[in-house]
Parts: sequence; C-alpha cells; structure tokens
Amino acid sequence: MGKCVCIIAEFRHGAFRRVSYEVASEGKRLADALGVGLCAVAVGSGVADKAAELGRYAVDKVFAVDDPSLENYLAEAYVPVIASVLEGCDPVAVLLPASVDGKDLAARLSARLKAGLAQDCTQTVCEGGKIKAKRPIFAGKCYGWCEWADGALPIISCRPNVMDCLAPLEDKKAEVEKVQPALVQARSCVKSMELDTSGKVELTEAEIIVSGGRGMKGPENYTMLEDLAKVLGAAVGASRAAVDSGWRPHADQVGQTGKVVNPNLYVAVGISGAIQHLAGMGSSKFIVAINKDPEAPIFSKADYGVVEDLFNFVPLLTEEVKKLKSSCS
Amino acid sequence: MNVAVLLKQTPDTESVIRIASDGKSVVTDDLKWVVNPYDEFAVEAALRLKEKHGGSVTVISCGPQRVVESIRTALAMGADTGVLIDDPALEGSDSLGVAMALAAAVKEINPDVVLCGSRAVDYDMAQRGPMVAELLGWPHLAMAVSMESDGKTVTIDRPIEGGKVVLESSLPAVVTFGGSHAVWNPRYASLPGIMKAKKKPLAVKKLADLGVDGSQAGTARVTMTSLEMPVARAAGKVIDGGLDTAGKATELVRALHEEAKVI
Ligand SMILES: Cc1cc2nc3c(=O)[nH]c(=O)nc-3n(C[C@H](O)[C@H](O)[C@H](O)COP(=O)(O)OP(=O)(O)OC[C@H]3O[C@@H](n4cnc5c(N)ncnc54)[C@H](O)[C@@H]3O)c2cc1C
Ligand SMILES: Nc1ncnc2c1ncn2[C@@H]1O[C@H](COP(=O)(O)O)[C@@H](O)[C@H]1O
Repeated sequence: MGKCVCIIAEFRHGAFRRVSYEVASEGKRLADALGVGLCAVAVGSGVADKAAELGRYAVDKVFAVDDPSLENYLAEAYVPVIASVLEGCDPVAVLLPASVDGKDLAARLSARLKAGLAQDCTQTVCEGGKIKAKRPIFAGKCYGWCEWADGALPIISCRPNVMDCLAPLEDKKAEVEKVQPALVQARSCVKSMELDTSGKVELTEAEIIVSGGRGMKGPENYTMLEDLAKVLGAAVGASRAAVDSGWRPHADQVGQTGKVVNPNLYVAVGISGAIQHLAGMGSSKFIVAINKDPEAPIFSKADYGVVEDLFNFVPLLTEEVKKLKSSCS
Repeated sequence: MNVAVLLKQTPDTESVIRIASDGKSVVTDDLKWVVNPYDEFAVEAALRLKEKHGGSVTVISCGPQRVVESIRTALAMGADTGVLIDDPALEGSDSLGVAMALAAAVKEINPDVVLCGSRAVDYDMAQRGPMVAELLGWPHLAMAVSMESDGKTVTIDRPIEGGKVVLESSLPAVVTFGGSHAVWNPRYASLPGIMKAKKKPLAVKKLADLGVDGSQAGTARVTMTSLEMPVARAAGKVIDGGLDTAGKATELVRALHEEAKVI
C-alpha cells in the first residue's frame, strides 16, 4: 500500500470503542482529500480477529498487534510498538481518539517520532494538499487552527462525539496484517482495571447531559436529576460548587478544570453559569437552563431558559419526558 | 525523596479571551497570571511526598520573567528551589521543544519523580508530561486522581471512560495530575511561607546552560496559525408566555422534541 492516512483504533475488552469509528470516518475524509488510502493500527489482546471490522468504516488495511501482554493500555508498552508500525507504513498523517488513553498515547508517541501533535481536534481540512486541524483552546473559549512544518508528521487526536461517523459499509472487510514488533520490558504496569458495568454513560461521550449545581442544595436531591437523566438516557454532571461540597464525585465536574463536554443537549439545573463552567459546556448543541434567578448568566447562553424553582420544575419535566417517550414508542 | 514539579503559568480561569490583531495570539495586556490549577495539584502532591519521605521539591518552569511570581507562589506553598528557563529561542517552539528544555532541566536535578499537570488550562495541549517522560526514557503514569509512594515505587488511580485503572511504576517516573480542586485541595501559601519564599534559591537558565540545542528546541513542528472565536451563542428564548410550572414543562419538552429535535 502506498501513502496513507493512518488511524490508531482504540480496542478495549474485545471491542473497538465507538470513537475509533469516528476517527476512521474523519481519516477517510482526509485520505480522500489527499488522494491516499486509509490504514489503521490496532493493538490489544484478541484484536487480530476483530480488525477486519474496521473495513466497515472505510479502513483499507489494518496492522494488528495482537498479544496477551497488551490487553490493557499502558503508554510505556504501547508507544514503542505503535511507533514501529508507523515507521513501517510511513503515513502522511496519524489520527487517533482524544480519549483518556488516546491523548496520553498521542503525546508520548509524538515525542518518540519527533512529530507535531494537535490534541482534541474538532475538525480537519486539507487545503492545497496541506493538512490543517481545528482545536479548542482555553477549554473552548477560543479555537485555533494548527498547521505543520514541511516534513513534520501531523498527529491529530480527535475529540469524541464531534466528528460525523460514516454510515457503516455492512459487508466491507479490511485487509488484516498481523505484525509482531519487539515488546519492551516496561517498568510500569496496570495493577487493576475496574469498569463500571451499570451502563452509565460517560460524560465526554454522552449525547445528553443533565447537570446540577449548588442550587441542588444537597446530595440527596440528585436522585431527582438521576430520574430525569434516566428517562432521557442522559449522563449526570455537576458544577464545581457541587463537587467541592462533596455532593458529587470529582469525575462528574464539568468545566475548565473538569470535563469539557459536547453533548447534543445540556440541561443546567441550579447552575449560575460561571465562566469556568460555560467554558466546559459551551459547545453543546443545545443548552437548557433551569434557574430561579432570571439574571443568572447561564441564561445568556441557553437556547431555552426556564425561570422556576428547580424543586417544583424538574419532577414535572421528568413526567413530561416520560409522556413523550411513551407516545413515541 | 527528591521531587521535581513542572509548573506553567497560565491566565486565570476567570479570563475573558480575546484574539490579538495578529489573528493568531490572544490579548495578554489585561490577563491575570496564575499557577496552572493542575500544577497546583502537582505541587500539593509533591509537598505531601516530602512530608512523608523527606527530601526536596524543585519547581521547574519555562517562560518569561513574569513566571518568577508563580514559581515564588509554589515556593511559598513549601517547595524548596526554583528553576526558570527563560530563553528567547523558545518563543518559536512547540510543545515538544518546551519538553526538550524541561527534560534537560530534570536531568540536571536527577529527581526520583517528576510531577506535572495533565494539561495547562491555557492552550490545553495536554502533551508535555508524557513527552518529558519519553525524552528521559522514563515510565509515566498519567491523570492521577490519587498517588501513593513507598519511596521506590509510585502508584496512581487513573480514571478512564467508564472506569478506573490502577497503575504502578518503579522510580524514577513521571506522574501527571488530573482530578479537581475537590480531590487535591491544594494548600494556600501562608504569610510566613510567603516571607520565606523570597529568600529561597531561584535560578534562571538559558538553553545553553542546560546543554540544549536551541535550533532543535526552538523549532516548531506544529504551529497555531490562526485563532477564531466560537460561534456566538445568542440567548435563546425563555419559556414563559404566562404558563404555569406544568405548562412550562410541557412547552420545554415540545420545543426540545419538535424544534431542537434532540429528544
Ligand atoms: C481555578 C478555578 C477553576 C474552576 N473550575 C470550574 C469548573 O471546572 N467547573 C465549574 O463548574 N466551576 C469551576 N469553577 C468555579 C466557578 O467559578 C463557580 O464558582 C461555580 O461554577 C459555581 O457553581 P454553581 O453554578 O453550581 O453555583 P452558584 O454560582 O452558587 O449558582 C447556583 C445557582 O443555583 C440557582 N438556584 C439556587 N436555588 C435554586 C432553586 N431552588 N431552583 C432553581 N435555581 C436555584 C441560583 O440562582 C444560582 O444561579 C472554578 C473556579 C476557579 C477559581
Ligand atoms: N512552559 C512550561 N514550563 C513548565 N512546565 C510546563 C510548561 N508547559 C507545560 N508544562 C507542564 O506540562 C503540563 C501539561 O501542559 P500542556 O502540555 O501545555 O497542556 C503542565 O501542567 C505543566 O506541568
């Protein structure tokens, strides 16, 4: 295979994560614009048997590194292996998920390859044969376009949930080449991994988020938000005030020093809309604000605002959504 | 146990960001500069290591002279010494260039562990910790929301999508910090701490002092060539129309279903 755009697919516990398909789709658009093929590197235990599936998202060829010792992501072990595959396939650009592991991998990999890295990109384009990538800075208060120096390899991590996924090509299979680069003796290791099997949606990958702030008044009241989230199929987030008060786990914090999210719908309940919070959720497609203070800054960003006491309003909202869902099904 | 903390000075998170007339940088005149919050978490964690194992904490930062103030903040929190790498050659550099300079400074100090933020809240590059680790050939454990060390190994909790992993490494290693204020609760500088910090050693170095080739570290493989503001969000509509609470709930669900088509 000649010149190619290469993606790094994320494989965890026997399956590719959805964001890998988004990355493949963006990779395909870029590869077409550049007039080159699309290949992939996939690392993991048991990945070789699944690798052909990436063909559904337009990947022509997958280099599969399948080894039981590579079951869980570990930077020290994955980076040399992936670097050696990339050196072999000599891509014009590398795209990978801006997931927790992907961003980590991208940073270390680009130091190893002396490449230029743009993290968390929301868009890539090709202008006159040159690649450009757009990424949020200051947690989304501004955006920057990145360009690469001649001869520098672009490594682009792609923010989950932003780039359009291609409609899967149901019967297309990618060519799979098993490769076995030398494994390194790592000094670090994964001691344990716990996955939440409750089906809870991850904030950074959620389509809908219901988020509660100081207005919730206490941890016990979040059951009300969880009820709403359940009928909406949403994840539950929080403001820093709620996290600092110990009402919610830190992993739920949305904002400049928490998670930067981009759902289709963000429902801010009892959140005033401080600049650090707005930075983290400002790129949501639709924003709903529920607050009893009509002057709350969140209303200046909300597509739909409701000035009400949340304790009266949220249960009624949940009931209305239930009605809608039952009439639709 | 000797600890090095990589610290970046960033604009306060309260800052309103405006694009400068060159179209590719932000207006810095009216910005208030602070220690990157994630680096404050790293300083806090470093001080806890020192409290447990003894040793010293060195703060290393790349940047212009104004960064001295932020290094002093860390010294006032309890760090022992500071190193500022201030070299005009770095102005045209990228994350990897800065990482080269930082890695060289770390080598000189030869610490047991390097702690840094998972990302700086200015350009959100999220790169330099793992890059420094790679350049040093050390393991790195990223996005710690807890850290333990017995002096020979370091163990962290790392949240991932839908779960968490526990990572361990022998020392020396690099650890980057995630989490939030609620997790690390970084200490404030005390008044005596601030007084003491003024007398603590703070060295200013050039790339040449660290044996770093300015043409390598000062070269950018990737640059930000233009900035743009996000699409302005106009305030939408407040659902009112004289409706009662239940009426507003009905109207909101209708709007989300029929107009926005998101539910
Ligand atoms: C370095 C730094 C980093 C930060 N990072 C973040 C971050 O990542 N994320 C973040 O969220 N914040 C962050 N902050 C904090 C931020 O500045 C605000 O303090 C915080 O977002 C406020 O949270 P809140 O909106 O829940 O609380 P408040 O500002 O207190 O707002 C509570 C709101 O609830 C409303 N309310 C009260 N009762 C009711 C009721 N019964 N019904 C309806 N509405 C009601 C009130 O009208 C009010 O608008 C950061 C701050 C700093 C200094
Ligand atoms: N100029 C710098 N000087 C010292 N440390 C830095 C510098 N830039 C980044 N770092 C460290 O690297 C981390 C990640 O930064 P970044 O890659 O810019 O998001 C920061 O939290 C700091 O710990």
